[in-house]
Amino acid sequence: MNSQEFIPIDVFCRHYGVEDAFVISLQDYGLIEIIQVNEIECLEVNQLVKAEKLVRLHRELAINTEGLEVVVHLLQRIQQLEVDMISLRNRLSLYEP
Amino acid sequence: MEFIDYYKTLGVTKNATPEEIKKAFRKLAGKSHPDLNPNDKDANKRFQELNEAYTVLSDPEKRKKYDKYGKDWEHGEEYEKYRQSQQSKASNTGGRGFSGNFSEADFSDYFESMFGGGRGGRSQVKFRGQDYNSELHLTLEEAFTTHQQTFTIDGKNIRITIPAGVENGQTIKLARQGGKGVNGGPNGDLYLTFSIPNTPAFKRLGNDLYTTHEIDLFTAVLGGEVMLNTFSGKIKLKVAPETQNGTKIRLKGKGFPVYKKEGQFGDLYVTYHIKIPTNLNEKQKELFAQLAELSH
Repeated sequence: MNSQEFIPIDVFCRHYGVEDAFVISLQDYGLIEIIQVNEIECLEVNQLVKAEKLVRLHRELAINTEGLEVVVHLLQRIQQLEVDMISLRNRLSLYEP
Repeated sequence: MEFIDYYKTLGVTKNATPEEIKKAFRKLAGKSHPDLNPNDKDANKRFQELNEAYTVLSDPEKRKKYDKYGKDWEHGEEYEKYRQSQQSKASNTGGRGFSGNFSEADFSDYFESMFGGGRGGRSQVKFRGQDYNSELHLTLEEAFTTHQQTFTIDGKNIRITIPAGVENGQTIKLARQGGKGVNGGPNGDLYLTFSIPNTPAFKRLGNDLYTTHEIDLFTAVLGGEVMLNTFSGKIKLKVAPETQNGTKIRLKGKGFPVYKKEGQFGDLYVTYHIKIPTNLNEKQKELFAQLAELSH
C-alpha cells in the first residue's frame, strides 16, 4: 500500500479526534468515499480536503451527518449558481456599451 | 492595540453560562464559517474574531483571567505569571478542537498580549493551512495567449503559466500555495479567479469574439476590401457589394483560443456599421440628388 495515496480511517480518526462511526456515516450519506486496501478501510488522498472540511463543520458548528448532507448539497447548488451567474454576466456584457 | 470585548463579539452578557456561550458561538459561527463562505473575506475575518472570543470565554481559566484583567491588559506582570503557568500546562492539556483552519497568527495582538502565544491550551494536532482566494486581472489580449504571470501572496512570489483561453470568472486551484499549515500540517490551496473585462473593441462570449467594424458608404454599396485588427494580427476582409448596415459576418476560427485545447479557436463575428458621409460639398450633394432621382 502506498502511504502517499491512502490514509487508513483509524489514522485519520486519531489525527482529527473523531469517531470511526462518524467517518463511516459520512460514507453512508455519500459525502466521502472509503475504499478497502489490503482489507484496511482507507481514504484516498484526494478525499482528504473534503473529509477535513466535513470534520471542521461537524466539530465547530456541531452539525450532524444529516445536516452535513444538506450543507454540501446547498454549497454545490450555490457553486453551480455562481458558475451560471458568471456565464450570464459575460453574456450580458455583450449588450453593454 | 485595543481592548476587545469578547462578550460583545459573541453577543452574550458577562453572566452568560458556558452553554449560552457555546450556543451563541455556534449560532454566529454558522453564518460566517469559512467553509460555508469560501470567497467571503469579511466572513472569514468575522469567524476569526468569533473564534478568538470563544477560545477565551469557553476556557474557564482564560475567562476568569479575562474578566479580571481584560481591560487592563497592559499591566503585564500578572499576565506574565499567567502566561508562564499556561505554557507549562500546554504540554499536558488536551487541545480543543476549534480553529482548525487557522494558525496562531490569526489571533489578535490583544489575545497574544493577554494570553501569550495562541498555542497555550490549544491542540498540537496538525492542521492544513487556510485556503486563500485571490483575483487576478488580465486584459482580453493577455488572456488570448499562453503567458506567465508573477504575483505576490503573503510576501511570497508565485509564478504561474496562464493557458490561453482562460475565461472571465474562471477559478483555478494552485495546490499548497495558500496559508501555512499549523503544527507542520500541509499548506492550504490558493484559488485564483480571473477577471477579464471586455474591451470597447472586442467582446467575448465563450470562445467567440464579437466586434463592430465601421465601413464607408461607398465600400458598402460598391463592395471592396477592409483591414481589421485582431489579437492575432490584421485580417483583410472582402466586403460584398450592397452590404447592409448591421450585417454580421462570421470568421471561422478567428475567435478566442479554446482553453487547454491547443490549435482550437472560436469564431469572430464582425458587425458592419456603415458610416454615412458628412460635410458633403455641392458636387457630392448634386450627385446624391441625381442618384436619388434615378432610384425613384
